[in-house]
Order: sequence, then structure tokens, then C-alpha cells
Amino acid sequence: MIVELGHFALILALAVAIIQSTVPLIGAERRNAAWMAVGDPAAVVQFLLVGFSFAALTYAFVVSDFSLSLVVSNSHTLKPMIYKITGVWGNHEGSLLLWVLILALFGACAVWFGGNLPPQLKARVLAVQGMIGVAFLLFMLLTSNPFLRLAVPPLDGQDLNPLLQDPGLAIHPPFLYLGYVGLSMSFSFAVAALIEGRVDAAWGRWVRPWTLAAWVFLTIGIALGSWWAYYELGWGGFWFWDPVENASFMPWLIAAALLHSAIVVEKRESLKAWTILLAILAFGFSLVGTFIVRSGVITSVHAFANDPERGVFILLILGVFMGGALTLFAARAGVLEAKGVFGMVSRESALVANNILLAVSAFVVFFGTIWPLVAEMVFDRKLSVGEPFFNAAFSPFVVALAAILPLGAMMPWKRGDGARAMRPLWPVLVLSMALGALAWSMQTGRTALGPVGVILGVWVLGGALVDLWARTGRGALAGRFARLGRLPRADWGKAVAHGGLGVTIFAVAAMLAWKTEDIRVVMPGGSYALGPYEVTLVDVREVEGPNYQSTMAELRVMRGGEEVAVLFPEKRIYPVAGMPTTEAAIDYGFWRDVYLVIGDPQENGGWAVRSYIEPFANWLWGGCMLMALGGLLSLSDRRYRVAAGARRAPVAGVPAE
Amino acid sequence: MSGAGTRGRVTLGLQAAAVALGLLVAAPVQAVQPDEMLADPALESRARALSKGLRCLVCRNENIDDSDAQLARDLRILLRERLVAGDTDAEAVAFLVDRYGEYVLLNPPATGANLLLWVAGPAMLLAGVGIAFASFRRRSAVSGDTLDEAERARLAEILKE
Repeated sequence: MIVELGHFALILALAVAIIQSTVPLIGAERRNAAWMAVGDPAAVVQFLLVGFSFAALTYAFVVSDFSLSLVVSNSHTLKPMIYKITGVWGNHEGSLLLWVLILALFGACAVWFGGNLPPQLKARVLAVQGMIGVAFLLFMLLTSNPFLRLAVPPLDGQDLNPLLQDPGLAIHPPFLYLGYVGLSMSFSFAVAALIEGRVDAAWGRWVRPWTLAAWVFLTIGIALGSWWAYYELGWGGFWFWDPVENASFMPWLIAAALLHSAIVVEKRESLKAWTILLAILAFGFSLVGTFIVRSGVITSVHAFANDPERGVFILLILGVFMGGALTLFAARAGVLEAKGVFGMVSRESALVANNILLAVSAFVVFFGTIWPLVAEMVFDRKLSVGEPFFNAAFSPFVVALAAILPLGAMMPWKRGDGARAMRPLWPVLVLSMALGALAWSMQTGRTALGPVGVILGVWVLGGALVDLWARTGRGALAGRFARLGRLPRADWGKAVAHGGLGVTIFAVAAMLAWKTEDIRVVMPGGSYALGPYEVTLVDVREVEGPNYQSTMAELRVMRGGEEVAVLFPEKRIYPVAGMPTTEAAIDYGFWRDVYLVIGDPQENGGWAVRSYIEPFANWLWGGCMLMALGGLLSLSDRRYRVAAGARRAPVAGVPAE
Repeated sequence: MSGAGTRGRVTLGLQAAAVALGLLVAAPVQAVQPDEMLADPALESRARALSKGLRCLVCRNENIDDSDAQLARDLRILLRERLVAGDTDAEAVAFLVDRYGEYVLLNPPATGANLLLWVAGPAMLLAGVGIAFASFRRRSAVSGDTLDEAERARLAEILKE
């Protein structure tokens, strides 16, 4: 019964979304306050209905209702409760419902937090958000209904893919979707502004928090996914340039560009058309990502629904929304006149450079991702585009970005002086070069990647600190320290996020360049040297888990006669899903992770053991978290909380109530 | 990264069948195995480096160095045989490309249509910079905010007085 109600709520939500996407739009066109006001309750009701529907599906998973086809193929009575719940979005239909839930949530948030928006703009934003809702609710109801019943329910389910039975991966999709779908708000604001034909500083201030929130969630989601790959897949890799990873990375890059260009709109009323275009493209890439994940057209390690019918539907959604928005853009971009002028050497120019690098790098990733498809369809060449290509084609953009970042961030608005902006940065540059040279001399005979990572990392991190310090002005040290605490949150956010980028760049380079690897056969009781450590295989035994069987090794890691850690890597087999997994055992550390994997038994009674020392591994995720924290700090800046009222349009007629 | 991974997916069908028949599930082979490795560290490190650029043909987007699939193991061993036989890196890779097509290369060679792929990034960068410059010049020409050389000299004179 509850399941049927959930299904019904979804259909009602579609009806409400149709109203939300039309009535406020017409109201805004005719300046009819009553019609415009329909958007508010519609968005909230749509959210409540989809929320109920999601709760109904969750209930079905929790009680293991095997009359539901989705529960059968993704759950099992023996599965731990947390994975019964996360199993709701561990599949195509359920994750799509989560997608729509978050879409509706953002619509409702626009109502709850959009009190300071002019009614016309708000009505239009909600209407566009409603249209996206209509498209995806239709997609779900027509091609991917999660509420399909089975005529003959089986006694038990087929279990969730064991790889997904992991806490890291359980919370990874919700964050990613909050990011993907959050970009729909930027899109809605862009389209609403195009319909209105007006973009000003206030618009920049309104659109930026949504973009910032989406970007923060995307950052966390991508970092979680990368961390999961690192500890779960069993060889310490953290990024594979897989099409589905790229699908989340492209919107992240464009959103990062959008964040920066929205600042120019807000502070200087310039780059308006470009910012609108980025807002459209950011959501466009998010839809492209949805297409890549769910159509199965491009092969990826992340198999989801591989159904051509669904692929065509998403392509249709992509075509309608991108085609519509870009047409509108072409027609209206001309009226978006820039007000602020700026010199060739200025903060604005630096941000333009940032935008070009981020946008082009996103397109490089896009080209590489779709190239196998294009090559096969157009040139009849069956080829692969993998890690080596992306490393070669993408990395130069990161290097260029990191190289200009500190200087650009300290450049004054309107017109600057390069030499002057560079003055406080010279010590940082010298320090980064010195540390790079030190790294180079210490690692004779290895790639230049490590030292380059040190240089860029120190340069960006140090630049961020110098930038923050420079904001405290001049005068006595004590006074400057006091002022440091009173700086706007946006300044702190900028420094923390940029610093996080520096840490991340360094960690990526360090992990790629300085990783130690060892593959060997070890007899039980035997020892081997791994870098400065001595590792002993104490024992290997069979262990029974709740819904799996495990072969668990016990390895003791010693250093200089002292015990560092005892680690238990496992090989698991999930009999219901019929799938083996590798559970690496990791001793996490500040400077390095010791990463051990147990392999197969050998004929001589020994075991294959793979061991890695991953230098600075935690710095990678720490850097990502710093970036996200910077975004959150910036989001909490006072200027987004106080009424932004730069252009509250006089309300025509009487309010709706 | 939503969705399922494929580690071991290739063996999945087989194992499902084994489970159905009540047989013991065979353990999958895992990435590079100790028994495949060459005694000569120089040759082995060449093999590892080359492996990272070669695709496991039955997997989705995994290189043969990381893959658990049986075919990846076969390719790793084949590659090592070629290196032991005295092939250069290029010859060993060419041997695999002859047999499996360019699909096996994770780094698409910059030949023919692939040039488009390789040139796309730099070309777009140039275009982006070009457009930025053009619009910058147009803007400063229209705005009248910037002064030409003569005006600037005149301004400096006034300021000096």
C-alpha cells in the first residue's frame, strides 16, 4: 500500500511540477502577482511529494519488500541495515529518485531562502526549476519506474553489488547529486535572467551562493569517490580518468570557473554574458554526466543501467534544455551590456585567464571522454582514450592555473601593476623554488613530477597565506593579527580554498611520483623489507562475515624494532552476488599510508602479498576538504546573509494573500 | 562514480554458474602476480611502464597492469615474453597492436583523425585567448575609458603642473 502511495505521490509531483513550470512564468510575463506567487507553494509541495515517494521506496528496502522488483535486484535480508538504506540509491531507478528529490529540494530552498529576490525573477527561476522537474519526473515514470511490482515475489533478493556495500560509497552519491543538481539552480537563474534580459551585480550575488553550494558538494562527492577507489580497489589508485569520473569532473571545472566569473559580475558588473553561458554549460555538463552514467553508450567501469531507450530520453532532455537555453542566450546576450571596464593587467583579466584555463580544460576532458564514440561513428576507428592521454593533455592546464593563481589573486581590481602585485610574493616564489630543488636533489633519478608538484604546491599555498596576510593592511604586527580575525569570511574562504588546491596539487604529484610498490610471495611467518619498514605475514585465516566469506591475513608492520601497526587485509566473496572483492588494509599516517593487499595462495604454501607506501595520501583528501571548507566559509560570508536588496523591483498590484 | 565497479565482473558469470551448481567459487587472479614478474628489474620496470598504457580488452577502461582479468594476465605475460625476446618498447607494443588493434592503446596515437583530439585543447586555448583579447580591445575602444598615447602624455603634463 505504502509503495502504491509512493508511486501515486510521484505522479502528483509531476502534475505539480507542470503547474510550477507554467503558471509563474505566465504570471511574470503579465506582471500578475497572484500567478507569480503560485511558484512558492508549488515548489514546496513538489518537494514534499517527492520526499514522500522517496520515503516509501526506502521503507520498501528497509522491510525487504520483495514484491518490488527493484528491492529484489538490489537487496537481501541478510544485508546490514545501513546498506539496505543506501541500497535505495545504489541502482539506476532509486538514484534517479534521489536526483529528483534533490532537484525538488533546491526548488524548495529557493522559496525558503529566496525571500530577498524580486518576485518576477523568483517566479521565473522556480518555473525553470519546475521544467527540469517535469523532464526528469517524466523520464522516471516512463522509463525507470522504481515502484514496479512483481507478480510472483521471490523469497529473497539478489543482494547489492558488494563494492557498493561500503560506508564511503554509501554517502558518495548523495553528495555528488547535491552538486550535480545544485547546478540546476545556476541554470535556472541564468535562464530567468535571459528571459528578463537583465543581469546586474545583484544577480551575481544571488546566483553565486547556489553555485558555491553545488561546487562544495561536488568537491566532497568527488573526493569521497576518489578516497573510496583508493582504499577499496586494492592498488592505491585514486583517479582513473574513467568516463564516469570525468562526468563529475567536467561540471566541477565549469562550476569553479562560474564561481570566479560570478565574482566579476557581482563586484564589477562585467563578464555578464560569459557568466550566463558558464551557468548554462555547467548544468549542461551535469546532464552530459547523467547521460554518460545512465545510457551505457560509453563504456566505463561504472556500469549502471545500460538501456538505449533511457539514453535517448536523456539525450532528448539534454537537447531541449541546452538547445533552448543556448538559443535564448544567442538572442539575448547582446542586451547584457558590461558596465565595468578594466585594464589588461587587473584582477578581472586574471579571472578571465582563470576562466579560459578552467573552461578549456573541461573541454579537453570532454573531448577525450567522447572521442572513442566519435572515432567509431565518424572515422570507423575503434580506439581507447585513457589515463596517459588525460595526464598529458590535462596537466598543463593545472600547471598554468597554479602558476598564475597567487599573482592573479593579489592583483587589484580595474587596473593593476604586475611588479607591484608580485612584490609580496617573491619570498614565496623563492621558497617554492628552493624546496623544489631540495626535492629534486633528494630523489635522484626519478621523474620531475615530484619537484614540480612541490614548487606548485608551495607557491599556491604560500601565495594564499600571503594574500590573506596582505588583507590585514599595514601597521604593527599585533594590530594585523587582530584584524586577521575580523576579515570577512569571504577572504578566509578564498585563502583556505586556494591553499587547499595547493595541497591537493602537491599530494597528487607526490603520490604519483614517490609511491613505493612491492609484489612478492610470502610464506606464513615470513618477513620482508618495505622501505624503512619490516613486514611479517603472521597468519592467514578464513573468517565468516554477515553476508560474505573472507580470507583474512594478519600482517605486522615494524620499524626499527618497534611495532607500527598490525593490519588485516582481506579477500571477500559475496556468495549471493557471486562477486569477490579485495579489502586492502591501510595504516593511515600523516606523512604516508602503509597499504597492504593479500593476494592468492601459491603452490608452495605462500601467499601473494602486494604492499605500497603511499606518500602524502591523506594530504590529497585533506586538500579537497580544505577546498570545500573554503567554499563553505565563503558561503557564510555576511554579504549573502544580509538582504542583498540592490534592486528590489516595486511590486505591481497587491500581494497574493 | 555512482554505480558499480567491474573488478572481477569478467569472472562474474562463471562464478554465478559455479554458485548455482553448488561448486566452490574460484578466487580471481589479481593485478600483477609475483610469478609473472621478470627476474631482471630493468626489464620488469619497462614491462610495468608499458602495461600502464595498454588496455585490458575485456574490461571497461582498465589497464592490464591493474586488471584482475585472466586476459590481462595473458597480455602481461605476452608483453614480458616479447621484452625477454629482445623487442624494444615500440616493437613490443606494435606486436600487441598488430594482434588486437589500436583499441589496446590507452594513449591514442596522434595520427590521422586523432590529431583532432590532440590539437583540440591547444586550439581552444588559443581561440579563448584570442576572443578575450578581441573583446578586451573592442571594449576599451568603445568605452573611451582608456586614453591614447597623446592623451596620456597630455594628462601627465597637466598633473605635473
